[in-house]
Amino acid sequence: MNRTLYDLIGLLAAVLFILALKGLSSPKSARRGNLLGALGAFIATVTVFFYADPEYSLPLENLEWILGAIAVGTLIGAPAARKVQMTQMPQMVALFNGVGGGAAALVAIVEYIKLGESAKFAVVLAAVFTVVIGCISFSGSIVTFLKLQEIMTTRPVIFPAGRFVIAATLLSIFIVSGWVINSSGTSPLLILAGLSLLFGILFVLPVGGADVPIIISLLNAFTGLTVAASGYVLNSTLLIVAGTLVGASGTILTRLMAEAMGRSLFGTLFGAFTAKAQASSETGEERPVKSGSPEDVAILLNYARRVVIVPGFGLAVAQAQHTVREMADLLSAKGIEVAYGIHPVAGRMPGHMNVLLAEANVPYEQLVEMDEINPTFPQTDVALVIGANDVVNPAAKTSPGAPIYGMPILDVQQAGNIIFLKRSMRPGFAGIENELLYDPKTTLLFGDAKASLTKVVSALKTL
Amino acid sequence: MSEAMALLAIFTLAIFVGFEVVSKVSSTLHTPLMSGANAIHGIILVGAIIVASHSDPGLELWLSVIAIVLATINLVGGFIVTDRMLEMFKGKKKQLGEKA
Repeated sequence: MNRTLYDLIGLLAAVLFILALKGLSSPKSARRGNLLGALGAFIATVTVFFYADPEYSLPLENLEWILGAIAVGTLIGAPAARKVQMTQMPQMVALFNGVGGGAAALVAIVEYIKLGESAKFAVVLAAVFTVVIGCISFSGSIVTFLKLQEIMTTRPVIFPAGRFVIAATLLSIFIVSGWVINSSGTSPLLILAGLSLLFGILFVLPVGGADVPIIISLLNAFTGLTVAASGYVLNSTLLIVAGTLVGASGTILTRLMAEAMGRSLFGTLFGAFTAKAQASSETGEERPVKSGSPEDVAILLNYARRVVIVPGFGLAVAQAQHTVREMADLLSAKGIEVAYGIHPVAGRMPGHMNVLLAEANVPYEQLVEMDEINPTFPQTDVALVIGANDVVNPAAKTSPGAPIYGMPILDVQQAGNIIFLKRSMRPGFAGIENELLYDPKTTLLFGDAKASLTKVVSALKTL
Repeated sequence: MSEAMALLAIFTLAIFVGFEVVSKVSSTLHTPLMSGANAIHGIILVGAIIVASHSDPGLELWLSVIAIVLATINLVGGFIVTDRMLEMFKGKKKQLGEKA
């Protein structure tokens, strides 16, 4: 295959990627968009086997290694993507993003070793950029994965003099980068990779749980940029276009997400540098709360005319989507009006809860978005909050110091009664005390959301 | 125009296209869109294959082989997981159609 044809096919793949992103921006065309993207990737990958640079010949050298590695990657990636539960999908995306960043960094390292003394300055610069950002994206994504999987704490991890350590690491990255660019050597590059991996970890550790999706989106954009830079190193237009598209759209998406959550992007990004120990305010004194039995909850629900269910991540974790639908069906059968109030960031990411409830076949028309459901809370007899906390926390409106201050919330405090199904008094993902739990209108039912709901359902059946 | 300038021009134009295509997206689609974009940067697989085909046996080849494995996981896994998410949206629309 000659270079012109190879480049033309690359251009076709790039166009398919643009159409993919365009398609993904609208619900009607989203699935087709994704398939177009997959088609583009497939075409581009197959084509690469039929073109060799002038100084090489076909078939590609190391062909058996290449095909073997693709087979291994497919055998790991495809089953992981197929089997992952929808609740754990955000961390899966984080993990996929991380390995992509790692791949880009490795490509740049190998290419750097091959470049030697004669390389152009711009190419060396692009290689160094790819190594630094790729490594940050890799290690940072691994930490977000550990946070979302709750293998490590979801609270911001802040250690003494943390910001000085981070600043020092960043400074060393700049210094070592200069060293690598000036003197071509493999060991400085590996030191640079190590420092960048460290920075990725330090950068994500102080990020609080609620901000993690924004960080995933940001690291996604980072990986896009590294792919673009490695495209420059490899002189591949396709990689430049695809990487830049992801970098640019990822940046916009990060900003949109931050807006939907009422967060400042700047604050999230530089949280690492400005984070102060604020954990002490969360301990709080023991205050009386009103907890009830499943029967109490059933009675409250049974005599309501309108019930609004506010699902949160706790519901998804307990796999209680199906039980909650059973309860909602039971209430509807008794002539009670039921609706679900969906906060834009319910779950772990914007739109995550819609995916989860759709999986449980909850009727689409019962899912009401925040702006539409909020005016109806004064006419609501019972707001049933299941495994949600931050999205109904009035602190977002009333206490300017709270990390979630400014985030729009569901106004459940205007409902006649509030029922919280919670595992414990532990604060939500963002780690902030919720005043609503102490409200006289509030009844708490402790326990696993699914177990609690099952008991409520059987109590409802006897009423 | 030199080759470097041409690549710079492509880069700049791609930034604008990237901004443009996603500027108005409802929050419902943020997660699938991020996931789809995530899959697209798995195309680094192409770069990893090129590098592997130029690698000398030893450290170089090992690093490129690992790069191919990681990139394939990103690419294949990314598109599959995005499709699974979007499949659920489709189910929802069908229900809506039945009710209407």
